[in-house]
Amino acid sequence: MATYQLTVNGKRREVTVDPSTPLLWVLREDLKMTGTKFGCGISACGACTVHVGGVATRSCIVPISHIGDRPIVTIEGISQDAVGRAVQDAWVEKDVVQCGYCQSGQIMSAVALLKDTPKPTDKNIEESMGGNLCRCGTYPRIREAIKTASAQITKGGA
Amino acid sequence: MRRIRVDLFLLAAFLVVLSCVLAARFAEASNPPTTAQGLAAWQQVYSVLTNPRCINCHTATDYPQQGDDRRRHVANVVRGAEGKGVPGLNCAGCHQETNADSTGVPGGHNWHLAPLSMRWQDINDRALSSGDVCRALTDRSKNNNLDGPGLLKHHEEEPLVKWAWNPGRRPDGTTRTLPPLTHEEFVAATRRWVEAGTPCPK
Repeated sequence: MATYQLTVNGKRREVTVDPSTPLLWVLREDLKMTGTKFGCGISACGACTVHVGGVATRSCIVPISHIGDRPIVTIEGISQDAVGRAVQDAWVEKDVVQCGYCQSGQIMSAVALLKDTPKPTDKNIEESMGGNLCRCGTYPRIREAIKTASAQITKGGA
Repeated sequence: MRRIRVDLFLLAAFLVVLSCVLAARFAEASNPPTTAQGLAAWQQVYSVLTNPRCINCHTATDYPQQGDDRRRHVANVVRGAEGKGVPGLNCAGCHQETNADSTGVPGGHNWHLAPLSMRWQDINDRALSSGDVCRALTDRSKNNNLDGPGLLKHHEEEPLVKWAWNPGRRPDGTTRTLPPLTHEEFVAATRRWVEAGTPCPK
């Protein structure tokens, strides 16, 4: 066991866990932040996506010992960010969610995309969101919501 | 008196042996490997470059490969403009600074795909010929303007090159297979090839 000082959604948190524990389980089990979901456990579905040091990261396969002092942002904290807020608003406006299980990961990836590329093309969206699977097939609404959020961000609203 | 004579004899013998060794080393240093020796060394280098640990990230396609069977990378990972993936699906989103053996994800500093100019495969994922890889590797318009010593330094020191000899564990806990030469042998072969003038097979 080892003790780690983490910055999660802007707050300092301390956890004492096995160094090999994936970040996902530290968030869910130790910090009780269950918005980030376990999907496949092998980084293939994107349900566990969070931001680590600003990079969309698959938390199910990154051991806590690899995080270092990089700040972590999860779905619980993404609304504090202007782009994150715009994406969540667009998600509500376009009624994207069906069962919802994958959606926290979808939103975290969409925010990463829009922070890098505020006006994404369809190809940008396909490539950047290509690792986030949705068994309900909400992909058309996800694309629509990303474009809505993009419009909101680029008109100066975020 | 007899003892002194023996000591002098031993000293003389030592000096003769030493001078022979130094002469041999000097001759070796002043006589670079022949082209044939350089080509033989290149074949050793080529055997490493086309090993999955290396060639999986020297693709001609829009995606990296993984595994000894060189299958397409999971999760629809794509190359991206700088070979580091795309914003929602960046290499660094999974591949950290070091291997994550507990989850089976390899890692190393600045994990990324080699540029397309350094592709060592065709678009059907077949390794290019020894001559084609050699010519690409020595073309300074394609290889980031590296001369022979630059290539040697790259093979000797680049963290992602060295990762191939410390590739970590697969998700099932087994160790990833290594290239056919040790890193020391690889560097030595590269050095012989460079000293021979980086000859390429026809």
